[in-house]
Amino acid sequence: MTSEFVYHSHFWLEEPELDNPFAARHCYCHGYDVYGQVITRAGWFEYLLLLFQGQRPSPEQCRLLETLAKVLANPGPRDASVRAAMNAGVSGTTPSSALIAALAAGSGQYGGGQEVTVWLQWWQALGADLPAWQARIANPEVEEIPDIWLPMEHCPGFDPNGDSTPTPVCQALDALATQAPAQGAVTWLSNEYQALEQATGYPLAMVGVASAALADLGLEPDQATMLYLILRLPGAAVHALEQKRLGWKLFPYYGPAIQLLNDPNTPDPAREGVSP
Amino acid sequence: MSHQRLLATESTWPTHRGKAYLSERVIMHGRDLHHELGDWHWHRLWLYSILGRDPGEQVAAMLNFFWVATSYPDPSIWPNHVTALAASARATASTSLVAGIAVSEASIYGRRPEVKALDFFYRAGRWCDEGKELEAFVDAEKASGRILYGYGRPLAKTDERIAHTMDKAQELGLAHGRFVRMAFDVHRHLENRFGYSMNVAAVNAALSADMGLSCQEYQLFASLAFTAGMVPCYLDARDQAEGCFLPVRCDSVVYHGPDKREWGAE
Repeated sequence: MTSEFVYHSHFWLEEPELDNPFAARHCYCHGYDVYGQVITRAGWFEYLLLLFQGQRPSPEQCRLLETLAKVLANPGPRDASVRAAMNAGVSGTTPSSALIAALAAGSGQYGGGQEVTVWLQWWQALGADLPAWQARIANPEVEEIPDIWLPMEHCPGFDPNGDSTPTPVCQALDALATQAPAQGAVTWLSNEYQALEQATGYPLAMVGVASAALADLGLEPDQATMLYLILRLPGAAVHALEQKRLGWKLFPYYGPAIQLLNDPNTPDPAREGVSP
Repeated sequence: MSHQRLLATESTWPTHRGKAYLSERVIMHGRDLHHELGDWHWHRLWLYSILGRDPGEQVAAMLNFFWVATSYPDPSIWPNHVTALAASARATASTSLVAGIAVSEASIYGRRPEVKALDFFYRAGRWCDEGKELEAFVDAEKASGRILYGYGRPLAKTDERIAHTMDKAQELGLAHGRFVRMAFDVHRHLENRFGYSMNVAAVNAALSADMGLSCQEYQLFASLAFTAGMVPCYLDARDQAEGCFLPVRCDSVVYHGPDKREWGAE
């Protein structure tokens, strides 16, 4: 070692090639030879869970994660993260900007990554105690100290803009419940979500289902949030690419929707709807 | 709640904030962008966009100084480092800056300490309004395990920005506000009791409290504060050979994990 600047890792080891200290000859993940063994012997979800958790997952865990990955792969073009990516795609920006846009719009407390964080914090605090959840829903703890995050405006995992549990949410919950541990969060949510919906006054959301599955995989809130953000990107990418192909003339322009309430002048109606 | 509130904004977005009547005119917070605001410096417009009002020359100059004083063109500073890494890997200019800006919302520097420091002073002010001692408030915060943002600095004992900031505040007549005095009182107490240093986050937050900024106004205002320092780091990495920004050899990642093991059938 000739540099005084070093990083530390508890899971990743690289051994250099003999002719170049900056090129890895072997890479080990939690002790396993990644390019020598893992890529040919492990499945993608097996490797993902190894990365996050440091031990080889069980086949049940891999199946649960694979199902969750399919649940989350495409939130659909109405989701804020995907819409953000579509805006990037249609305007011909870089592929990375489409995913950055998706990550940003999908990072928040309404259906985004931070909602997963909060859900898992509730789960860690309350567990499978329905009365405790009902009490927390009735009297949510309001964070006293301002933060970079705004206060939560709804019960995590549920959709304040919903009426009844959407069919895909029920289908995803059913599918995950067949693979989740019997004493885990998914099973509990599957049994109790209607009681929770009664307490909140609004229905279960996909982010709640996903959060429960991530909890059952043994992930900490930050780990779960990262994985949730990653797993939602395929749909954002593909919708962005599609809008790029379709072109901006087919993309909505919301100019006429923006209603300025304190316009100092009378707008010229003829200009409304003019595309940029 | 239900989807009814979605119906209300599905095709209309009522706002007082602004609108672009393309090919005609643009209104921001009730004023014509080109006719009424066109002569403003961009930074003053930035404040206007956040506050919805013109904070005045002195406040704008003080806040402008916050940005100037924290524009360190040094890639060892973490957000700048991220920008430099992106540049070295030949990301686009905007993407490189966006990455640096995004990581400015950190817990050990940047936005979170700033927001929490500002809130600390507001809460301290309310405590003192009840006739209680400032030192008791600080001790109670400390005893509750809360981090006293603005006091202490991860990698340095002193903060060179404080003197410059206070000189500027003096020049602008903002150096003697209630919260600025409080910031230094808190520092004296913490230094005596715990040997804490003060960093510019405390001074900036106190000045912002004296200006009456809310925590989120302050967060929004500061969100681009490091950007001018990032640009030289971008340029520097761009001008060097690709991939050559402080490269890391394999042995410079010190491993503390499990021993090597076989991936066999389980």
